[in-house]
Amino acid sequence: MTFFTDENLALAEEIIGRYPKPRSAMIPLLHLAQEQEGWVTDDAMTQIGELVGTTSAEVLGTCSFYEMFKRHPVGKYVINICTTMSCALMGAGDLMKHAESRLNVKSGSTTPDGLFTLEGAECQAACTEAPCLQVNYRHQYRVTTDQFDELIDELALSDHDVPDHGVLSQIRQHIPEDRSVGAVPPEDVKVAPVWFSEDGGS
Amino acid sequence: MNEMTGTPIAHAPGFIANETPRIVTARFDYEDSHTLERYEATDGYQALKKALKKTPEEVHDEVRDATLLGRGGAGFPAGVKWGFCPPGVWPRYLVVNGDESEPGTYKDRLLMELDPHQLIEGCLIACYAVGLSQCFLYIRGEMAVAQERVAQALNDAYGAGYVGKNILGSEFSVDIVLHWGAGAYVVGEETALIESLEGNRGMPRLKPPYFPASIGLYGQPTIVNNVETLANLPWIVQHGADAFTAIGTESSPGTRMVAVSGHVKRPGVYEIVNGTTTFRDLLYGNDMCGGIRDDNQLKAFVPGGGSAPWFTPDQLDLPFEASQVGPQGSMLGSGAIMVMDETTDIPAAALTLTKFYAHESCGKCVPCREGGTWLEQILRRVVTGRGTARDLELLIEVGETICPGEFPHAAVPDKGIEAVPFPYRMTTICFVGPSAFAPIHSALTLFREEFEAKVAGNETRTMIEVAVDV
Ligand SMILES: Cc1cc2nc3c(=O)[nH]c(=O)nc-3n(C[C@H](O)[C@H](O)[C@H](O)COP(=O)(O)O)c2cc1C
Ligand code: SF4
Ligand code: FES
Repeated sequence: MTFFTDENLALAEEIIGRYPKPRSAMIPLLHLAQEQEGWVTDDAMTQIGELVGTTSAEVLGTCSFYEMFKRHPVGKYVINICTTMSCALMGAGDLMKHAESRLNVKSGSTTPDGLFTLEGAECQAACTEAPCLQVNYRHQYRVTTDQFDELIDELALSDHDVPDHGVLSQIRQHIPEDRSVGAVPPEDVKVAPVWFSEDGGS
Repeated sequence: MNEMTGTPIAHAPGFIANETPRIVTARFDYEDSHTLERYEATDGYQALKKALKKTPEEVHDEVRDATLLGRGGAGFPAGVKWGFCPPGVWPRYLVVNGDESEPGTYKDRLLMELDPHQLIEGCLIACYAVGLSQCFLYIRGEMAVAQERVAQALNDAYGAGYVGKNILGSEFSVDIVLHWGAGAYVVGEETALIESLEGNRGMPRLKPPYFPASIGLYGQPTIVNNVETLANLPWIVQHGADAFTAIGTESSPGTRMVAVSGHVKRPGVYEIVNGTTTFRDLLYGNDMCGGIRDDNQLKAFVPGGGSAPWFTPDQLDLPFEASQVGPQGSMLGSGAIMVMDETTDIPAAALTLTKFYAHESCGKCVPCREGGTWLEQILRRVVTGRGTARDLELLIEVGETICPGEFPHAAVPDKGIEAVPFPYRMTTICFVGPSAFAPIHSALTLFREEFEAKVAGNETRTMIEVAVDV
């Protein structure tokens, strides 16, 4: 199965190489697939299975557990409004109602132009800055209804520094070859690291 | 990436400095606190150099002597936990818990966005002290900016020779691999974190073993530590255990980060002295939250993250000291204080937490999977004025299938309610199930009259309820 572009395939192999067992790369590869396509397709899961040495059913099993992986196309901007306690105490209800009427969709759906998906979300680790929301997993803090409208206007004009849905970290870790210790399957390691004396060990 | 003409993405705000000595937030005032240049200019990687001149055992002893309590929720001393790795079993791994998602909790993300090198140095010190040969830094999926900052910091630290092969020219070699999640609260539980890191559904493992230090990642000895816990290590190694224990109390030394949210004048993230600072200092102190908004009365507060039983003004004078908070019926947890003033619709507030835990159940245990959903549905019925008096009993009955026996709660002297100490018994593998019940139990014990008004049809829908109806 060829889903990944050549560039992403090289990246996928680099990521797999960092783990003692290839399967550990599953979630990062699902993110990479979502970055390429905006959502996780069946073809992507088949190829990820091949890459990490498991079946596509196993990949689906992992994929379907996690909220962020979308199994169908979503908007260019996924807007998550936090509705957990601190945000609810500070007006998340108003904000959600306003968002639904401004975007003219119910929470959980996508605008007909494919630009926005609106979702209610759980605590986003920004509770002191309530009510808050995320656009493609980037925070907006203490959001008023006016600010929400401004944000939507900016996003609609692409006048905001938010990448499209699927793109998570825009900076990738890269371990230079000459600096890398390298990942070894656990069964191939029998002794303590050279710098750690077993008798002085803990 | 778009052209940088539009509105830029904001980096983590919310930290408010006070008189407390600053251990983990020391660099937060600098605009460029996240860069290697700033880190090196402010003592950065000096603790690593110092550690490498000692034996691993000496470094481990220093951390053990510091009584550094884990900051992820359970408060277990890091130095003791490190000692649980069975001798002669190799390799050993470090997994950093950066999954921060307990309702109300906001500190690890700040540490990752604003001072990623401090965390990296902490990881290196832990690996050196315990003989851990690879480190996986697991960041919550929904934290794109933290992932970017840590990725950049790792790239820079590798380039400068602080991470990887033959660190600073020594024999010490360790890779730090940035890993990230994909949205599942329960993955913060350490065995679920390991399952997730193995590429599986993030479901907690059956206990025993109680600590992954014996059987963890790939079945190998694994240390799981919270971000804030590890961020303390450079300071401890640099200044010594004695300097650390000179702050706070003997059983809870050092400082800790707390997030105060909800109805206070200055919600924010504070670094406070551990063990001695009281909830009153924090909520009413002029250098901290400055009181309740609009000078309203305080009604209740959640002292340690969404899972913690609630306190009322009667518990304000308790310090951040587990041995005092536990007997009073709650826990300090992850340093998340959520404040409700007199205007709060208590049953609705409880629902904003119960629906969280019901939603986040992984489905492995029946009492949590079924019970959580039932609790949410019954409570939603009550909150929206469709409930009956029988529903209030039903909430307790369902709760008792998850947590048999007495459930911890705070004392309310004027109502003649005595405290039941924390913790509780449970029929589930992890704390998600009991956590769905905790807010209901607290709210019903402390404010039963509000529930009765709801089921008597005297109360209508509230804004909070709308928030949770989505
Ligand atoms: C449901 C659940 C969620 C948890 N979430 C987190 C979390 O997001 N971050 C964290 O550090 N610890 C979390 N913990 C605690 C971890 O299991 C573990 O105790 C902790 O990471 C150990 O690190 P420490 O000893 O440094 O505190 C959670 C525990 C449970 C039961
Ligand atoms: S208590 Fe709930 S979340 Fe925890 S293991 Fe059981 S079903 Fe999963
Ligand atoms: S409750 Fe909304 S960010 Fe935590």
